[in-house]
Amino acid sequence: MARLENYPEAVRNHLLKLPCPNFDSTPFNRPIPMKEQRVALVSTAGLHLRGDRPFGLGDADHRLIPRDTPANRLVMSHISTNFDRTGYLQDLNVVFPLERLNDLARNGEIGSVAEYHTSFMGATEPEKMKSTVVELASVMKKDGVNTVLLVPV
Amino acid sequence: MGGLGHYFESEGIASTQISLVRVHTENIKPPRALWVPFELGRPFGAPHDPEFQFSVLRKVLGLIEHKKGPVLEDFPEDAPDFKENPAPVVCPVSFQKRDDAKELTSNWSEDFKIEIRILSNWYEVSKEIRNRTTAGVSELDVEESADLLIRFVEEETRGTVIDEGKVVDRIRRACEDLKAYYYESVSAQPGQPTDSQSLSNWFWGETRAAWVINRIREICLEEPESKHAILGKLLLVPRTELHRFQ
Repeated sequence: MARLENYPEAVRNHLLKLPCPNFDSTPFNRPIPMKEQRVALVSTAGLHLRGDRPFGLGDADHRLIPRDTPANRLVMSHISTNFDRTGYLQDLNVVFPLERLNDLARNGEIGSVAEYHTSFMGATEPEKMKSTVVELASVMKKDGVNTVLLVPV
Repeated sequence: MGGLGHYFESEGIASTQISLVRVHTENIKPPRALWVPFELGRPFGAPHDPEFQFSVLRKVLGLIEHKKGPVLEDFPEDAPDFKENPAPVVCPVSFQKRDDAKELTSNWSEDFKIEIRILSNWYEVSKEIRNRTTAGVSELDVEESADLLIRFVEEETRGTVIDEGKVVDRIRRACEDLKAYYYESVSAQPGQPTDSQSLSNWFWGETRAAWVINRIREICLEEPESKHAILGKLLLVPRTELHRFQ
């Protein structure tokens, strides 16, 4: 089991030292039944369409990924070498379950899947992504998105 | 990740998330999170296990039905292919054994190229059966990536062929593409383990490609004032694998 105490010491110490942002309180919107959810995926795996701009050191912007993007159109350019990529290269759904999400919508378990999804690169302070999130949220609301699924890597 | 949850929620969109490091989520207190006991890089557990992936997905989306928060729940199952004891990767092609992680023979660059050629059939098989490759971010093919890395080791490209401002990204992306080529090739072979530990033990412990990447790391560390120094410090060899080269 990949619990923190089971990681090698160097990894554990690094993770424990990473700064976390402070928030005075937690905003909390009304509950939404799964069947009414219109879901957008937001990854921090540094994913993007092949041919789109790769992520580089310190990048805090994002890359859009359309709903029907096949797995073979996506690549990853995250700068960190300290997470496993062998799961991702065997099956994109391990990091970005767009196919599974589309299946849930087809089965009627969720309401629908957003027109566009997005990826940031996680090795960046979240404060630097805030203005981008505000802009993204505005676009998502126009698409009727009421649920964001955040997926780290 | 939890910070983004705060921002989306403040904009009026309900957010839920996977948590891979529970203590971070406890500190950040995002609106809703599902901690999963999976390794970094595998937030949905295991490749080619749709039912398991669905079970994680249903659980994390189900958190949006909670009336009060913040919510932090634990996913109760381990990833199906997680192994405490990694299995050996048995490569059916005849790799020459790398004798020592720290030293290599004078013909290392030719051995490296041979290693790449040996895997080429399996790389083509991988692309065919998976209908994709994750290599290509560098926009170089694997032979071109290898040439770039060899030239870097041989001092031909540092600050000359590669623009200093671009050296970090070019070398890093070539290394990632090289690793993708190796991992995709070996994991396409029948009967190979699919867990990260088994595959990492093979790549970092047995291949000349890993030696070349580590040699670049060492060179970068020897030039602490250079623009590519950060490659040596952070961006080439995972922390979990450094012990092999020390």
